[in-house]
Amino acid sequence: MAILSDADRDYLSRLFAERLADPVKIRLYTQKLTQLSIPGYDCATCRETNELMEELASLSDKIELELLDFLQVRQQAAQEGITEIPAIVLEGKNKGKVRFIGVPAGYEFATLIEDLVDVSRGTTGLQPLSREILGKLARPVHIQVFVTPT
Amino acid sequence: MMAIESDKVTADVVEVSEFPHIAQRYRIYAVPKIVIDETLEFEGARPEAAFVAAVESVAGGPAETEEGASSSGDGRRT
Repeated sequence: MAILSDADRDYLSRLFAERLADPVKIRLYTQKLTQLSIPGYDCATCRETNELMEELASLSDKIELELLDFLQVRQQAAQEGITEIPAIVLEGKNKGKVRFIGVPAGYEFATLIEDLVDVSRGTTGLQPLSREILGKLARPVHIQVFVTPT
Repeated sequence: MMAIESDKVTADVVEVSEFPHIAQRYRIYAVPKIVIDETLEFEGARPEAAFVAAVESVAGGPAETEEGASSSGDGRRT
């Protein structure tokens, strides 16, 4: 049973066809569905996130999905600063790192779609002054935005 | 969007209801809550300019600028 409705799939297919420029990779740190459940390592939303990302990737040949088993790539995950799953890392023409921790449902799904487009194009709707300030930052900075699904 | 524009920025959107220990660690009682480098935090959405100023206040202005020479990035625009 698909998570996205037919109407959503149609809408997103058209949006991706129109707005995606260069390829984008969705790297998903998750728990593979076939994996035996290990007490203490259960991931409540990994299955749903896996399905949702697979559906998204199927809507455009510019979206590549890389599914990584968190427990088998712990070192790589640690290097990326990933400590929780599901975790989505977007790769394209973005200069910094764009990540989603937890299932991107509700309003965050819209944010993910917007970010996919921006990462594919390497542009954002930020004001010129904001872009100038960000381009001159002296030190690395970690921004965390905490949300709940609504 | 800020992380798309700057190689200095790592931006995480964290769905916190799945991770109670994170909610506890960052004392999250309302969302959205924004934490910048574990040092600066605020609740609720901010206008773009104020958000960018907050990031600048933590990550600094131009690297070649002497500290204090340019105070435009104070970030206290609340």
